[in-house]
Amino acid sequence: MAAGDGTGEYGTTGEPAAGGDGAQTGDAARTGDTTQAGDSESGRRGGWRPGRGRATRADRTQADLESMSPPDPRYMLEVRDLRVHFPTDDGLVKAVDGISFRLERGRTLGIVGESGSGKSVTSLAIMGMHHGGSAKLGGQIYLDGEELVGADPARVRRLRGSKMAMIFQDPLSALHPYYTVGHQIAEAYLVHNKVSKKAAKAHAVEMLDRVGIPNPQARVDDYPHQFSGGMRQRTMIAMALSCDPELLIADEPTTALDVTVQAQILDLISSLQQEFGSAVIMITHDLGVVAELADDILVMYAGRTTEYGTSEDIFDRPAHPYAWGLLSSMPRLDRARIKRLVPIPGTPPSLINVPSGCPFHPRCAYAARTNGKSESEVPPLRSVGLGHEAACHLSADEQREIWAELVKTRLSPAVRSREDA
Amino acid sequence: MVTFIVRRLIAAVFLLIIVSMVIFAIFFWLPRLGGQTSYGLATQYVGRNPTRTAVLQVEHQLGLNQPLWVQYWHYLRAIFIGEHYSSGPSSVYCPPPCFGYSFRSQQPVWPQMMAALPVTLSLAIGASIIWLISGITIGVISALKRGTIFDRLSMGVALAGVSLPIFFTGLISLELFSYKWPIFPNVQFVPFSQNPLLWARNLVLPWVTLAFLYAALYARLTRSGMLETMNEDYIRTARAKGLQERTVITKHALRAALTPILTIFGMDIGLLIGGAILTEVTFSLHGLGLFTIEAVNNQDFPEIMGVVMLTAFFVVIANLVVDILYAVVDPRVRL
Repeated sequence: MAAGDGTGEYGTTGEPAAGGDGAQTGDAARTGDTTQAGDSESGRRGGWRPGRGRATRADRTQADLESMSPPDPRYMLEVRDLRVHFPTDDGLVKAVDGISFRLERGRTLGIVGESGSGKSVTSLAIMGMHHGGSAKLGGQIYLDGEELVGADPARVRRLRGSKMAMIFQDPLSALHPYYTVGHQIAEAYLVHNKVSKKAAKAHAVEMLDRVGIPNPQARVDDYPHQFSGGMRQRTMIAMALSCDPELLIADEPTTALDVTVQAQILDLISSLQQEFGSAVIMITHDLGVVAELADDILVMYAGRTTEYGTSEDIFDRPAHPYAWGLLSSMPRLDRARIKRLVPIPGTPPSLINVPSGCPFHPRCAYAARTNGKSESEVPPLRSVGLGHEAACHLSADEQREIWAELVKTRLSPAVRSREDA
Repeated sequence: MVTFIVRRLIAAVFLLIIVSMVIFAIFFWLPRLGGQTSYGLATQYVGRNPTRTAVLQVEHQLGLNQPLWVQYWHYLRAIFIGEHYSSGPSSVYCPPPCFGYSFRSQQPVWPQMMAALPVTLSLAIGASIIWLISGITIGVISALKRGTIFDRLSMGVALAGVSLPIFFTGLISLELFSYKWPIFPNVQFVPFSQNPLLWARNLVLPWVTLAFLYAALYARLTRSGMLETMNEDYIRTARAKGLQERTVITKHALRAALTPILTIFGMDIGLLIGGAILTEVTFSLHGLGLFTIEAVNNQDFPEIMGVVMLTAFFVVIANLVVDILYAVVDPRVRL
């Protein structure tokens, strides 16, 4: 429908139905936009700006007006109100629903969340790898000032692997079983550089050496199955870094690895980051991974941001009950021994039928304190400190109080049961 | 690599020996289990109105009254060093490889099969080239354009191709292109060495008919294989490198998707060289398939045994070649 009224395939397609002029019943499910109460209303009034490759919304909220401003040159990556929706037979899957963040050169952002919270979808959107699929993208992604969501896919392809690169989890399945590791690294180099195959192979040997593969001259002709798990992930890193990318996205780079190897890989990534000066996005469900590496942390839940702040903010003064839950369920060696880890009850929600109001409220022990607001209203992301934002209906005072008195001190099951009573 | 091939060759020889035992048991041991006597077996070789002396003579000549293992030994010996058969007053020498002597056609089996082989070989190889190219191409395009008109249409045609029997499609093609519009009149085998052009022209209809069936099957296989590999993590990695989509598809996806097809192709081509029965019957091509049908109709045991052994040989060889190719294609198989 969005394509039909000339908004182009990369329009702000969060609300395909709203594009139709004079649509009278813009029910939230159909317009696919439930974040802001007044949004679909104004969407109907304002309509879509026709023509041009990329449609932009003409009016409305503060955030939208902000998104019109040019990208800040300080940031290597700026993501504004990113939406990735997948139309399926069962309904619209809102995998990512309005995510914004910024990343400076040489800094590391940790994106944390449970499975299905939209972390990987976000990273693939930045890499422009939803093109050709069924995904509908909205919002803006600025890579070094260049907008990617509405850009020509061929242009994004040329940036992919050269200016931005990605490391995937499970390096065994992410490497092609039929080609040597040297071939696969050289291939990444050859696409973006006009060099001979021989030079590309020499470069592959050099990259293998840099990521710490012993005897790279000989190992370059090995196949992935001849490598150990840690060496495979080193190969993936060598491949990603072969064109000196300015942005490196690591999608759960240590999940499939042995615990002893995990730390080595993380060390490698951070030392190479210093060497290359890249901006790094570290995607993980493991707070332990980002604790040491990340400068900033974005906590995602059901495709939205629940909390965004510096690493200190998230670990020392978390404001959102979801972050409390993640911290309580995380084993830590640097704190006094706690009796038991507290899991977050329940499971992540369906992304087709996201719970009304705050998507976390069915699993939140403190939802009752908001007088029903959690069930009915989507909490906006608001500032709870300098550069620290959280999407929660609890007041900043309540958040500080609960964290200090109930969560931080105890971190035991008693907290939750007392709350329920 | 060499040890791998040698080991597989030895295994292939053993497999063929076991096949020969099974065939032998079916034709000589099973009838005895069913109450058939060696006299009764011999009766079948004597023709109409057998006299008792004639039957006893044949029983003795063929060694049917000897123990089974002796008979099996003679059968094997004939293959390697040949055998003398007495037919009526004169004695006939069947040179190695002797797969028996047909008393009905008064000829050794092997030369008959060798005369039929070029026909089947021409048919199978020509058709397989057509079906591989068309089937894989259609399968890949279908997978990439999944859900489009092209995909639905080609998969519909493929379903028809799999479902329609050759004696139907073959007769339709004969009716249309040989009789109504005689583009390929007079389908008849001409040896390649004699006239390559006529050889090809006369085989076009059988090739296309046979290829249609297999192309349909291969298109479906390729399509599902491609859909599966396109979801693999390494395809995502290839895209993340910034490779052109064309490179991602041909170099990364298709290569992985083709390996299972290679396996099935080995089976198919081996069986087909052993006789494309329906196609040969439909187009009256005197290949191994028609030879088999005639042998079965005549209850000509030596001929049936010969053609079954030959087919088994081709299947084993084709699989051996496929296994070696597999090791070349997939480095994880390298031994």
